[in-house]
Amino acid sequence: MQNQTPRLIHSQPNAKGWFGAYGGRFAPETLMGPLLDLEAAFYSALKSEEFKAELQQLLEEFVGRETPLTYASRLTSYCGGAKIYLKREDLTHTGAHKINNALGQILLARRMGKKRIIAETGAGQHGVATATVAARFGMECVIYMGKVDMERQAPNVQRMRLLGAKVVAVVAGTQTLKDAVSEAMRDWVTHVNESYYLLGSALGPHPYPTMVREFQKIIGEETRKQILQKEQRLPDELIACVGGGSNAIGFFYPFLDDPTVALTGVEAGGRSGQLGDHAARFSGGSLGVLQGTQTFILQDQVGQIATTHSVSAGLDYAAVGPEHAWLHDIHRANYTFVRDQEALEAFHLLARIEGIIPALESSHAIAYAIRRARELSPHQLLAVNLSGRGDKDLNTVLEEELKNGHR
Amino acid sequence: MATVNSLQKLKKLGKKAFIPYLVVGDPDLATSAAWVDALIEEGADLIELGVPFSDALADGPVIQTASERASKTTSLLDVLHFAKQQSITHPNFPFLLFTYYNPVLKMGIETFAQEAQSAKIQYILIVDLPPEEAANYLEIMNRHSILTVFLASPTTTPARLALVCKSSTGFIYSVSRTGVTGTQVEVSTSLAGELELIKRQTDQPIAVGFGISNGEQAKQVALLADAVVVGSAFVKLKSVSEVRKLAKEIRASLL
Repeated sequence: MQNQTPRLIHSQPNAKGWFGAYGGRFAPETLMGPLLDLEAAFYSALKSEEFKAELQQLLEEFVGRETPLTYASRLTSYCGGAKIYLKREDLTHTGAHKINNALGQILLARRMGKKRIIAETGAGQHGVATATVAARFGMECVIYMGKVDMERQAPNVQRMRLLGAKVVAVVAGTQTLKDAVSEAMRDWVTHVNESYYLLGSALGPHPYPTMVREFQKIIGEETRKQILQKEQRLPDELIACVGGGSNAIGFFYPFLDDPTVALTGVEAGGRSGQLGDHAARFSGGSLGVLQGTQTFILQDQVGQIATTHSVSAGLDYAAVGPEHAWLHDIHRANYTFVRDQEALEAFHLLARIEGIIPALESSHAIAYAIRRARELSPHQLLAVNLSGRGDKDLNTVLEEELKNGHR
Repeated sequence: MATVNSLQKLKKLGKKAFIPYLVVGDPDLATSAAWVDALIEEGADLIELGVPFSDALADGPVIQTASERASKTTSLLDVLHFAKQQSITHPNFPFLLFTYYNPVLKMGIETFAQEAQSAKIQYILIVDLPPEEAANYLEIMNRHSILTVFLASPTTTPARLALVCKSSTGFIYSVSRTGVTGTQVEVSTSLAGELELIKRQTDQPIAVGFGISNGEQAKQVALLADAVVVGSAFVKLKSVSEVRKLAKEIRASLL
């Protein structure tokens, strides 16, 4: 695998937003001009010392970075294999990595003179992060959320409303993340001049996948520094869950050109391998275009987008970020899946033996790490991105257990 | 170009074109066929055949709901077969295929072009395929003598407008306002200016759509453009008689 790794993988995308055969800008005409403006504003902000300094200060003083890299000693003993480290994005303000990107983008929105923020949310973590930064900067905020997701992530709906955001229930389609994205895009098309669409995952038309990565790569940069301090070497493998893929790409990106570091993305295996029962795009998906980007998509034989299922709302999406599709193609990253049940078990295990309640999304990464650690030896190092905390998932977990007669 | 560009002919004759839109397969193909018959009898000049898609993000609630509903039973290939039958029932009547990109990509653009050509489709519009991403598609459509239509919107910059005009071999479809498809009360006040910008760049016919729902609006738009597209206002109708009534109203307003 490592021999096939080309040089400077981190130099992507190209000028048109393509990562190999993935990405691009497949948007309705009305959004094309605004996307080009956004791209120009984004690259200009990245070059601005003032922008970077303000973002850095807010990341430290508002978000609480840097987040720790915690050695999970009891989980390590439990598995009896590789040493497991956890990157603690659950300890950020609002409790998930989503705030890193929300903060970067709202500074950009302010720079562009926008006053109204729109966003989609699946698990509600991106919605909460967006509502939080909108409150912090005094902007109007509208969050689109599938009705099904609103039910299963009710505490986050309450948090968003408390923060002053308007939460709009999306009743179209499967009433989950995919439909929320479509609805947010419809809002943006309609109110394009005054609104800023604050997309939360490494998805959508260029420049979003790149922009989200740039605002999330701090996760990997800190991890790199921290593991070198603690272990004087790089980890053997990084593990992160992949919905759209923002936490994973932020975690992986600073290591892309380190061929000794294996990268593993964990998708939602759902209930079964049947189409409609999972969100494992690399297991059942094929090339397609959805919501602005060309990538791996779960779809039927005639190109209708498939329904998906995952116990975790944040992984329940039919497409994967284009950079992940590319990393998969060039064999730089490996993608696997964990089913609902195994994720739920990891959720409990981490709570009991490490005193950390992980988000159900992150529990997928933990579950795979448990499997993987056992295959490796004690002198090997695993770093897992604990992308969010699990308080929001208590209802879902209790319901699942009642359903399964579990515990 | 081998194909006769119907809108071009009407433009030369100084006639305003009436272009209704329907979601093929909503609620079923037989109903769609009956609608096509009625629309042609009532004086439609071109009909847009909408391909059902599960995630119609450029469409408002009316078409989105119809599209999602029909997507469960009607595929792109079904629509192409439907078009082929219509070309036999209504020889020489022009059709435009209106679709999202994913079903086309899944079928393969080359296969799609062959099927469309065999169905005698005259124009194709892919709503989420902007000219910047369309090089391969344009080459294939040209090779199959199928005319391409791209959208221009109030947010299209002059530089991009040049690209839209260059890439459109059929006509330019001007979106009369920012937003998704759907009905609105009044015609946008900025429309005249937007159309003027397009006319400076091209001699192609210009159709205006998104939000036109009645004869009065159609009349106002026809003062500025060559063709008027009416979509959601038809899609929300339930019966052929209602379809005839609205078609009559629009047709009368354009004479």
